[in-house]
Amino acid sequence: MNRDSNILNRIDWLTILIYWILVIMGWLNIYASVYEEDAGMSIFDFSLNSGKQLIWIASTVIIFFIIISIDFQFYESIAYVLYGIIILMLIFVLVFGSKVSGARSWFEIGSFLKIQPSEFAKFITALVVARFMSSPGFKFNSTRQLIFVTMMALGPMLLILLQPDPGTALIYFSFIIVFFREGLSPLILIIGLLFVLIFITTLFINQLYIILAVIGIAAISIVFAEKTFKKISGILIVMILTIGVTFSVDYFQTNILKPHHQKRLRVLINPDSDPLGDGWNVTQSKIAIGSGQFWGKGFLNGTQTKFDFVPEQSTDFIFCTLGEEHGYVGTSIVIILFIFLILRIFSIAERQKSRFAQVYSYAVGSIIFFHFMINIGMTIGLFPVIGIPLPFFSYGGSSLWAFSILLFIMLKLDAHRMQIFVR
Amino acid sequence: MNESRKLIIRASVVVVGIIFLIKLLSIQVLSDNYRLAAENNIIQSIIEYPYRGLIYDRNGELLVLNNPIYDLMVVPMEVEVEDTSAFCSMFGIEKQTFIDNYNTAREYSVIKPSIFIKQISNIEYARIQDKLIDYKGFYISARSVREYPYPVLSNALGYVGEISKNQLDRDTTNYYRMGDYIGISGIEASYEDQLRGLRGVKKRMVNVRGVEQGLYKDGRLDTLSIPGSNLVSTIDLTLQDYAEKLLYGKVGSLVAIDPSTGEILSIVSAPSYDPNLLTGRKFSDNFQVLSMDTLVPLFNRPIMAMYPPGSMFKTIQALVALQENVIKADELIYSDGRLIGDLAPIGYYDVEEAITYSSNNYFFKVFRRIINQGVDPSPYIDARFGLEQWRSYVVRFGLGVNLDIDLPNPKSGYVPTVEYYDRVYGQNRWKFSNIYSLSIGQGETLVTPLQMANLAAILANKGYFYTPHIIKSIDEDGLPDTRFQVKHEVGIDSVHFNAVINGMQAVVRSGSGRRAYMPQIAVCGKTSTVENPHGPDHSGFMGFAPKEDPQIAIAVYVENAGWGARAAASVASLVIEKYLTGEVKRTWLEDYALKGEFLY
Repeated sequence: MNRDSNILNRIDWLTILIYWILVIMGWLNIYASVYEEDAGMSIFDFSLNSGKQLIWIASTVIIFFIIISIDFQFYESIAYVLYGIIILMLIFVLVFGSKVSGARSWFEIGSFLKIQPSEFAKFITALVVARFMSSPGFKFNSTRQLIFVTMMALGPMLLILLQPDPGTALIYFSFIIVFFREGLSPLILIIGLLFVLIFITTLFINQLYIILAVIGIAAISIVFAEKTFKKISGILIVMILTIGVTFSVDYFQTNILKPHHQKRLRVLINPDSDPLGDGWNVTQSKIAIGSGQFWGKGFLNGTQTKFDFVPEQSTDFIFCTLGEEHGYVGTSIVIILFIFLILRIFSIAERQKSRFAQVYSYAVGSIIFFHFMINIGMTIGLFPVIGIPLPFFSYGGSSLWAFSILLFIMLKLDAHRMQIFVR
Repeated sequence: MNESRKLIIRASVVVVGIIFLIKLLSIQVLSDNYRLAAENNIIQSIIEYPYRGLIYDRNGELLVLNNPIYDLMVVPMEVEVEDTSAFCSMFGIEKQTFIDNYNTAREYSVIKPSIFIKQISNIEYARIQDKLIDYKGFYISARSVREYPYPVLSNALGYVGEISKNQLDRDTTNYYRMGDYIGISGIEASYEDQLRGLRGVKKRMVNVRGVEQGLYKDGRLDTLSIPGSNLVSTIDLTLQDYAEKLLYGKVGSLVAIDPSTGEILSIVSAPSYDPNLLTGRKFSDNFQVLSMDTLVPLFNRPIMAMYPPGSMFKTIQALVALQENVIKADELIYSDGRLIGDLAPIGYYDVEEAITYSSNNYFFKVFRRIINQGVDPSPYIDARFGLEQWRSYVVRFGLGVNLDIDLPNPKSGYVPTVEYYDRVYGQNRWKFSNIYSLSIGQGETLVTPLQMANLAAILANKGYFYTPHIIKSIDEDGLPDTRFQVKHEVGIDSVHFNAVINGMQAVVRSGSGRRAYMPQIAVCGKTSTVENPHGPDHSGFMGFAPKEDPQIAIAVYVENAGWGARAAASVASLVIEKYLTGEVKRTWLEDYALKGEFLY
């Protein structure tokens, strides 16, 4: 039988359709964000971001065909090798990388080609985690294995943190969703979430009130719980840990976070505290999006992005151009498209027969979800300003390639989901 | 278990999506603030300041004109100054001032221009123009300030200054903005609405670096500035200049009016100052000095200083008595020095002679007849009716009321009321003997020099006046304000004026006003020596000329100058001669008036 014609029939075209809609919308918005009325610029001008993005977009078609023509088992078998290479690259980039806005994240080869290894580290980590978790005998209740798989995700994350690129590093927390789906004890997750929650509330509310509330909740729990030594001591330990976290927040804020990170956290709580300094980005981003109102100002009619009030307009803050020119109609369509895409990926993940494909697909959905949540949350002031791109939308070759590869490998695996028993 | 985890994961994705949709709904659809903030970001309003109207004298001489001046603007985001001290020395400012101004501007906006240094003169601008290119983020914005070619009429013209916080709060029209210039006193204040014109605004779109990106809405919202109206003053510059010269070195006032129209020919407040002191960058320094001066040159005496009218008031007493029919013009009344101190000889007086000799006892008796007309047997109640009646006449002469001239804050003076004496003495506990000093213009009555000049005009017109005013035309061929076109009758029949006017002529020909005498011009006048509890008496004169078809009515007060006959009468006479003949032949009198050291 003709394998190639069959594989195209088995590809999930709905995902490809959403992918293309997002990529084309992104491209138009990249053009709008660099457009200048008087200059008579063309969207195809290769000296502009929009023209360059077109090259990247075109190349994803080639990538697509390469990925689907490679044997699907290749990705599982090559995972450890790729992981080794990317770890080396992440180490090399710390030494040989060129410094762009304070971080060594880029290899510069010649003047045109720039590669950001941390973008590619995402799908490679997804592959290697999937490979490890699909190995026979893997169990989450084995503490050793749990620590091992966590280290797999933390490895590239720590190297990226050293660049320092905390935004991209933050994405590695998306593996928590994968672990949760694959059987990670919810207790660890709940305690983790609790600490995050307490950490955030401590930023807003006086420490003392939180401590009193925690003691209160603990007391009530003891009253209503079974009066066994194990339960009571468990509650007390959680209580003491929680109080410890509230104390550590202050230490963390002043000693671990850099001053500009502290400011960003404060700006998140109250952007008006410094509207011209660190609040500038958030304030201007919200102004741009908010000024689009319901219908938007129309394609190429945005002023805030065009006149450079919004920083990083074609990359991290591309959502502002959309919000300003296409209004609530545009932003809600894109949000619904993303939600639809992520849910589609999770349902693809659920229908996988192989554990490797399932874990990998969950990682894909989680990574895209985290990008979506952090990037859009940042532009509308729900998240601190952290520089990460909006998948498929933002300008940038490395980022578009990495997301495309991430997604296409999943589609390739999905196309072969029925062949699992052949192996 | 897997099913529920699957659901939890999917639910959390949907929840994040819903949170985003709600948040976006609130900032994009439910709030208008972001749209306004966006416009505020990109729209730069370039204000075109209109030319303030010019002011001419009655013969077309320019009294007030505009001079270009430059404000240095700063856009903090663009500022690049390598050598701050060179910059500071170029503008003659301290380094601390530089830092303070910069921070103030930054607080206002980093991307919008704000004023850095105000009012750089033309000469200074020429010097720095080329060097300014080296300093990024600094721009020049042109405006204009007032210039006065002649250093006269300062208090009447007033001055223009930056609008104060108070004025800004009181401005209900919302026209003014911080840093705008506004007329603060004199004509500049009272004709502010006509003089200021209308500001033009051009809206431009700018990017974050303040670089222009084109017209906002294709310029549909732009407006052109409309220059202010030019004003033609009633002032005769030559006469004004001469009058100010005569009052130089004295403290006092002079007001000359054309009685047929109420036009103020000359208005002098002495001591005065050069109006050019209160323009431009030295404004606040000079203002400080002027406001500290013990002789208060910023006090507009002709309309704000109040004195007892003294003997000039006797003209009104005679007219009221004649109108009330309590005396006849030729009725002889015996006057000795017994009732009240008097310099007039003992004898029988009619109206004319009583005015000529300024007989205090005659007017004591006349005023007693006005007050006690026997309406009620009780002298207390009778006096109430009398005073009420008398006051109703006096008020119609423009005394004790605001004359509503076109200069800001004129004082009304004071004419005592029944209520006033009730307060002082108690109800029905005062009678004529408590108030007799009113008969000779002393006591509680207070008038301004302007009101006395208006009295002279009423006498010249035999019974009516037009409200004195200083602007005869808004725009070159316009009319004065309608309120200055209304004829005010004072309620005295014109026949009664003859005896009083004859008396006034005799005052000048042979009485206390002899210094005002000119053989060729029939001057009618009345002198006044205003008792001053704080020092030497003030000298006052009020009169008009010529007797037939009067063309000028005048009042002069010179403080601490003793008898009215001396300083005030000679100054008034010289001004009358100058106005009616165009030159002064009596140089001896001129020398006397100029030399007179009446200033303490």
